[in-house]
Amino acid sequence: MRVFVPISVGGWARLFSRWDVLAVLLILGLLVFLGTASRHLFQPLAELQRSPPSLDPVNLPEYAARTTLRMLVAMALSLLFTFTYATLAAKSRRAERLLIPMLDILQSVPILGFISVTVVFFMALAPGKVLGAEFAAIFAIFTSQAWNMAFSFYQSLRTVPTELIEASRNFRLTPWMSFWRVDVPFAMPQLIWNMMMSMSGSWFFVVASEAISVGNTTVTLPGVGSYIALAIQQQNLRAVGWAIGTMLVVILIYDQVLFRPLVAWADRFRFEQEPGIIAPRSWVLDILRRSRIVDRMTRPFAALWHYTMIPHRPNVEVAVKHAPQTRRGWIAFQSGLIVSVLAALALWQSASFILEGIKLADVGTTLLLGLATLARVVVLIALASAIWVPVGVWVGTRPYAALLVQPVAQFLAAFPANVLFPIVVSLIVAWKLNPNIWLSPLMILGTQWYILFNVIAGASALPAELRAAGANFRIRGWLWWRRIALPAVLPYYVTGAITASGGSWNASIVAEVASWGNERLEAKGLGAYIAQQTDAGNFHHIVLGIAVMSLYVVIINRVFWRPLYLYAERKFRLG
Amino acid sequence: MSTALLDIHGLRHTFPKADGGDLLVLDGIELEVAQGQIVGLLGRTGSGKSTLLRLIAGLAQPSDGTVTYLGQPVNGPAPGIAMVFQGFALFPWLTVLENVQLGLEALGLPEPEIRKRALAAIDLTGLDGYESAYPRELSGGMRQRVGFARALVVHPNILLMDEPFSALDVLTAETLRTDFLELWGDGKLPIKGVILVTHNIEEAVLMCDRILLFSNNPGRIIREIAVDLRQPRNRLDPQFRDLVEKIYVAMTARTPAAQTERQITINTALPRVSANLFSGLIETLAAAPYSGRADLPVLADELHMEIDDLFPVAEAMQMFHFAEVEGGDIKLTDTGKQFVELGTDDRKKLFQRQMLTYIPLAAHIRRVLQERANHVAPRSRFLDELEDHMSTDDAEHTLRAVTAWGRFGEAFAYDDDSGMFSLENPT
Repeated sequence: MRVFVPISVGGWARLFSRWDVLAVLLILGLLVFLGTASRHLFQPLAELQRSPPSLDPVNLPEYAARTTLRMLVAMALSLLFTFTYATLAAKSRRAERLLIPMLDILQSVPILGFISVTVVFFMALAPGKVLGAEFAAIFAIFTSQAWNMAFSFYQSLRTVPTELIEASRNFRLTPWMSFWRVDVPFAMPQLIWNMMMSMSGSWFFVVASEAISVGNTTVTLPGVGSYIALAIQQQNLRAVGWAIGTMLVVILIYDQVLFRPLVAWADRFRFEQEPGIIAPRSWVLDILRRSRIVDRMTRPFAALWHYTMIPHRPNVEVAVKHAPQTRRGWIAFQSGLIVSVLAALALWQSASFILEGIKLADVGTTLLLGLATLARVVVLIALASAIWVPVGVWVGTRPYAALLVQPVAQFLAAFPANVLFPIVVSLIVAWKLNPNIWLSPLMILGTQWYILFNVIAGASALPAELRAAGANFRIRGWLWWRRIALPAVLPYYVTGAITASGGSWNASIVAEVASWGNERLEAKGLGAYIAQQTDAGNFHHIVLGIAVMSLYVVIINRVFWRPLYLYAERKFRLG
Repeated sequence: MSTALLDIHGLRHTFPKADGGDLLVLDGIELEVAQGQIVGLLGRTGSGKSTLLRLIAGLAQPSDGTVTYLGQPVNGPAPGIAMVFQGFALFPWLTVLENVQLGLEALGLPEPEIRKRALAAIDLTGLDGYESAYPRELSGGMRQRVGFARALVVHPNILLMDEPFSALDVLTAETLRTDFLELWGDGKLPIKGVILVTHNIEEAVLMCDRILLFSNNPGRIIREIAVDLRQPRNRLDPQFRDLVEKIYVAMTARTPAAQTERQITINTALPRVSANLFSGLIETLAAAPYSGRADLPVLADELHMEIDDLFPVAEAMQMFHFAEVEGGDIKLTDTGKQFVELGTDDRKKLFQRQMLTYIPLAAHIRRVLQERANHVAPRSRFLDELEDHMSTDDAEHTLRAVTAWGRFGEAFAYDDDSGMFSLENPT
């Protein structure tokens, strides 16, 4: 029998390998970064005013570090939220009934709305300290990351194969153990993909969350976002360029140091067991895995982690819960009652809050403005689809092109609309264009890529056999698109379009109002309304605007996207 | 003699139906497993044998009756009852060693003990050298060995096997069976009794000391057969063949014959058998060497069909009055013989005639379509009717079966986009 030694025993002759050196560098770098980036947290707010952000590019590395740290903290919080909220929803029937629709709604609330409403609360948590403003910014970034991660985790938990669940119960794993050994690993690949999407998406809102200004409260946190905001305010085109460059570098570093290792690591959690698929690799992961120092340093943590898995109570029989028929009805009634009471309370609370400062006419106005924004979203999604579906199919059926385009599209998805303000505003002013039309493209700037991503994924999933059959029967031109390409990508396209449409609503708050220096352009729409009310610090109207926007998004999702998705899924899903 | 390993008394189990009623899946199950026995549960899909296994494992609770393990009632997953799964149920993100260790970690054993026992189990199952492999790197046979190692390592008193060899190819399955029986015969396995669920008759005769035959819908034990042959058993041994034949006779005497006796109604669950399989089997039966009559075990062997494949076709052929099944034999009727002589179009006509005469659900759908002015009717209407009498899955299967037959016999058409049955095919 092979002797199995549970530590790396590569011989003591060479105490350190080059992998160790690289690993130490990586880790030291990380520690220094965390230290410098968080140094300012407990300084009083006044400190910020004394050293206002400057456009000197020398500051950019520090700003980038601070922005990055905010995003990482938000990501950690999002994970915590995902593991608790989604698990509760997946494991408890009763909780699921409430939690999943709630997630649907949370997802539809415009992210910038969260900032304007919560900033005061967070500032009050740490009065006079930078920490409060940091909390608010991190919370805003969190809201742009958490929801889709939670959804993905919930859906994964619901699809853990029955036999695996039965096996883990048969071998009497404790709930804690089966969560970390069964549920989380199963959900991991999907979750990591969603984390990447979330990270891309949250860049868009970093700009807004670092330069928080609600009514009289204005806080500017040092970071890439506030740098861009300042550059726009001062009409400094060169600084905008520097900021874009910095973002590109940070996104690249993220990809190499965080996501690529994660993807490579998570490859073993793939449930499909066919061999032969090329495993993703990452040099960072290789370094960490081959280094003995990292191995030795992480061992205590691994042991501690392991310790939590050991059942400390005698592992008693877990009785099967067996709710009799009669009680099921009673429980449903009870939970129904509790939910109705909660809903009534919430309704009363928000209704009385809104009605306090709002006239019925305001409601009508916001509904009408919502229609204007709706029209923009519909037209833009249609336009983006007309452009990106053919491009996506073309790219997706050519593996090399797909390899090239994917990372570029990922970067473009992270691109905040604000950095294009200079160009758009100057053009509109110079040619005296109608901002109601020409500001609109900004809305879909960041979100259209989701259509492209998904269509590429769908087109590359088209089996080679089907394409060969198409070629064999000489199906070409429009017939090929109508009968082969479009049906094959439809389920994927719909998924992408749902994300794009939701994102565009969100982006309208930034996109319907654009400024470049003193030049300020506005389009009529719900996004502009919320932005204006935020500037004015008009809380009742902010809440009204947010509520109406959520209402629009939820209704469109339920009435249009969901049926379309179910149809596409049923009819066109291959296999 | 100590108390029985396992004692099941008056067990009854129901699943909730869509309309709120209960569907009986297991009824009147009495079973006692003594030490040193391999007990086989043999039956077709839908006989509830896998459900019974899960009740024994404590993964579910019976609606009625008791499951007693070593004198204690089973209220949940019990220590000392381990299971081997049909689809292996290995955790793809754990290595072979980690998979095997998992059950021991859950017991909270000290680290050295875990390692020692896991390596012993790996050794026993012939997995040496594969400790650090991931399941996806292994062949099906090796994966199932991990499944066995993982179950054996917790030193269970009872090993439950849920069709453990059915996902493997013939040769691999046979190797695993032989290896298992050898270890069992030599007393090398840390287990006291085995319960094996299978739909493979030869496998049951090869491995078991006792075989319990299950009927379908609901699952009842219809017969118990003791196998007294000495291990290792030889499939070609006349006594072995006799036992196989005896089981075929017992199983066919019950299922299809009972179906004709108690008249097929609109609400009888129909087997999903394609018209191609139908024609193929009729042609095979009509040709040499069978010339219209075949011994089911021989036919099954020849066509490499297990009872789950063969019995539904035989049952459907019997429903259509193309064949008769009796005493382990299948015999073509005159209509069946006539079918072979016809060309495609006439076959369809004959098929349609038999279907509308003998399958009441098909006749019912056709009648409804004729009575309606526009000659269309929604699928959901028939599905709802069926669901009042059977489980949602069975209703779905039955309706799919009748839809496929209706299409083949051109008795009616169905459009999946609109979910409508109609009388006319598109012209």
